[in-house]
Amino acid sequence: MINIEIDGKLVETERGSTVMDAAHKAGVYIPHFCYHKKLSIAANCRMCLVEVEKAPKPLPACATPAADGMKVYTHSEMAVKAQKGVMEFLLINHPLDCPICDQGGECQLQDLAMGYGGGASRYAEEKRMVSPKEIGELISTVEMSRCIQCTRCVRFGQEIAGQMELGMANRSEYAEIVSFVNSAVESELSGNMIDLCPVGALTSKPFRYTARNWELSRRKSVSPHDGLGASLAVHVKDNKVLRVVPVENEAINECWISDKDRFSYEGLNSPDRLTRPMIKQNNQWIEVEWSAALEYVANGLRQITSGAGADNIAALATPHSTLEELYLLQKLVRAMGSDNVDFRLRQSDFSLVTQGTPWLGMPIAELNSCDRFLIVGSFLRKDQPLIAQRIRQAVKLGAQANVVHAADDDLLMPVANKAIVAPSKMADMLAQILKALVMHKEAAMPPELLEVAVGDAAKAIAESLATGERSAVLLGNLAQQHTEASLLASLANQIAELSGAKFGFLAEAANSVGGHMARAVPESGMNAMQMLEKPRKAYLLLNVEPELDMHNPDLAISAMKQADMVVAMSAYKHNAIEYADVLLPIAPFTETSGTFVNNEGTVQSFKGAVKPLGDARPAWKVLRVLGNLLDIPGFDYDSSEAIRDEALSTSNKPGNRIDGISYKKNQTGAVLERVTDVPIYFADALVRRADALQKTPDAAMPSARMHKDEMQRLGLNPGDEVRVAQGSASARLKVKRDDRLPLGVVRISAAHPATAGLGPMFGEISLERA
Amino acid sequence: MLSAPVQEQINRELKKYPADQKQSAVMAALRFVQDEKGWISTDDMSDIASYLGMPEVAVLEVATFYHMYNLKPMGKHTITVCTNLSCTLCGAEDTVAYLRSRLGIGMGEVTADGKYGLREGECMGACKDAPLFTINNKKLCGRLTHEKIDQILAELDKS
Repeated sequence: MINIEIDGKLVETERGSTVMDAAHKAGVYIPHFCYHKKLSIAANCRMCLVEVEKAPKPLPACATPAADGMKVYTHSEMAVKAQKGVMEFLLINHPLDCPICDQGGECQLQDLAMGYGGGASRYAEEKRMVSPKEIGELISTVEMSRCIQCTRCVRFGQEIAGQMELGMANRSEYAEIVSFVNSAVESELSGNMIDLCPVGALTSKPFRYTARNWELSRRKSVSPHDGLGASLAVHVKDNKVLRVVPVENEAINECWISDKDRFSYEGLNSPDRLTRPMIKQNNQWIEVEWSAALEYVANGLRQITSGAGADNIAALATPHSTLEELYLLQKLVRAMGSDNVDFRLRQSDFSLVTQGTPWLGMPIAELNSCDRFLIVGSFLRKDQPLIAQRIRQAVKLGAQANVVHAADDDLLMPVANKAIVAPSKMADMLAQILKALVMHKEAAMPPELLEVAVGDAAKAIAESLATGERSAVLLGNLAQQHTEASLLASLANQIAELSGAKFGFLAEAANSVGGHMARAVPESGMNAMQMLEKPRKAYLLLNVEPELDMHNPDLAISAMKQADMVVAMSAYKHNAIEYADVLLPIAPFTETSGTFVNNEGTVQSFKGAVKPLGDARPAWKVLRVLGNLLDIPGFDYDSSEAIRDEALSTSNKPGNRIDGISYKKNQTGAVLERVTDVPIYFADALVRRADALQKTPDAAMPSARMHKDEMQRLGLNPGDEVRVAQGSASARLKVKRDDRLPLGVVRISAAHPATAGLGPMFGEISLERA
Repeated sequence: MLSAPVQEQINRELKKYPADQKQSAVMAALRFVQDEKGWISTDDMSDIASYLGMPEVAVLEVATFYHMYNLKPMGKHTITVCTNLSCTLCGAEDTVAYLRSRLGIGMGEVTADGKYGLREGECMGACKDAPLFTINNKKLCGRLTHEKIDQILAELDKS
């Protein structure tokens, strides 16, 4: 530690830190544009010039290392003169169009120009013009003339997003920010560039010109999408959500959010919103009052309970539902005498028993300091964009990432070793790694591993894990949805134990951990798959669109169609109008109070940001009233907090310990098997209705993707139309070449209407020319 | 696709740099492509990017930063006239005017037969020979007079 004096304040700062860092510590603000604490130092805007004692000229605070005994003056005559000079130069080419600029009112340049800019410009010549660029559906670059070349967006791409999509072309006064030949920026984190841009050069396309910054109220919230639980600020005007931006939370999302978190709000204002309770009578949907709709549901449930038995009632919820909603749903169903409640809709193997609630196994921030990773079955970048970002930072510091997966999607970071195999061979690959590790550690060889032949990839991965000091073994979405999920988890757990690694589950959704804590899983009843395999008479659907949210859409739809009563609690009018009997409009996350428990087990409660649209109501209130109508005791909550506290007092605490399941080689002889991803912008009901995101390449129409050799074997060409079939379920898709897949698999995305007629996410699939 | 000779040249260049810093060879790679084709298209930049394992836009940054890379066809013989201070003091303006009248093209243009291209250049570091120009960035021709220019063009006409 060294001592440095800034504007007369003595501060202690770390050796190697900069004057800017020290100033932050001292609480002294130094004006800046290009400096950002999460990005590398560029020192190209020169706004942070300060006077340093004994230095003959002003120095940039962001790039000047603090030295012991240094005396810095940020507001001395010399410093202010330098800062004003820089500002004058910055404003030479900056169009002073603040009144029509979308950034006006929240612009760093505008703010600093108030402090350091002149009242009038001495520059009378023509300003330079920069032509607008087309870089996709999310970021507008129409006013590129406003750019001050700070290169924050470029550095963000290189350093945080992991892909350099923007660059600075040309030089001198011709320098401009471009993408390569106007290609679209495709990063799943691209929206952060809008926040980073200190001027109005990069603006949000969906938000542009809808409101002024000072007209918006800011309400804190929590992301309802992936398992990270990013802290959000929901910006509201006239009871309408107009945009979402990150709230800094170093332990969870740092200062970033994914594009899904940022732009999904468009779905809140979708014309698809369900705003009135509806009942189907004589095949006609009629709008009714809440009381009538809930009476109808209560009567229906009573009749089925007394007739066919309570066991015929099934409740399905998405893991995007709040803790309170999930808790009340299971409490309601259990009070009626059924134990059929589940939120693990895309799971297919339920035999895994963890000692507690499956979770990340460590704090999220700890990922940055791990030195070895084994990531099993994860479309990491698309499923958990910011966890991928943290692992990317760790890899940059020298960590080794190892991957076992069914698709070699680019993680935008160096991967030390990878084993890309068909889903049916993943367990074998983990067994190989385990065996290699056992041999490396000279531990006792479990008898079931004797027959396993260890390949080079497994050996390399085991070697990498064995040499780590702070390792992590992480199970991704695919591994959890896999038909052998419990075996994969058990093997991964053994690998983790043997290599001294932390073992964790990457949570699929915002409240996957919360769902377990709310006990919205069967104890003796049926799980999500069994409820479809043995169709029930009544289904309570909470946020669920069965053909898009479940492991086997074909089976789900047929179960819904056979049921006597389907109650769809949803924020949207969706396909349920085909088979449901009652539609209950419930509030999405911005219109209800609630709680999500994120991947690391942090319980995060939030309040509603706006009033529910139309007659929509928070689902916890709907379930509470339903409980009252059914005369269930203990349903007299007057706040979501009361439900949360009750839910947490009875919750399963996080715990990943697994009692070993021994490895058995599977005998599947499938020639062609399906690999399924849930694309980032199809993953939940809200994001499926976010217009701008739906126009990005990540929301492209699903296709049948195959390795070129596989295509050759089947005699297919890219673009050919094929009929893919799983038993009686089928879909027509176009063939697409994807050499990042192993042989023997077809990759078909789920959660899209085009593939909603298909069967399970994994297993045998056949394919013929249509 | 980069041609085999260009790939070979790049491979030789790559030996100068650590294996994980292949992008250090980007300037040389751009030069090889320009030597072969006379100019560098965005497709060539993509090819170089994938060959060196670097982002396309990073290649674009380098290609657009340096003046000597031709980003459009610049004729068989690209004449780059220095118009910086020393050359201008020694009559570069006259050199430019004479070349324009001889070739019938302006700065940044190419003759209709594709033989000559004319560009403005920055200081070549040879001010003692001012005024001067280069041919295809390779050959420096200094102490230019109208006669000397005629002579150089006559020789180029033959090739």
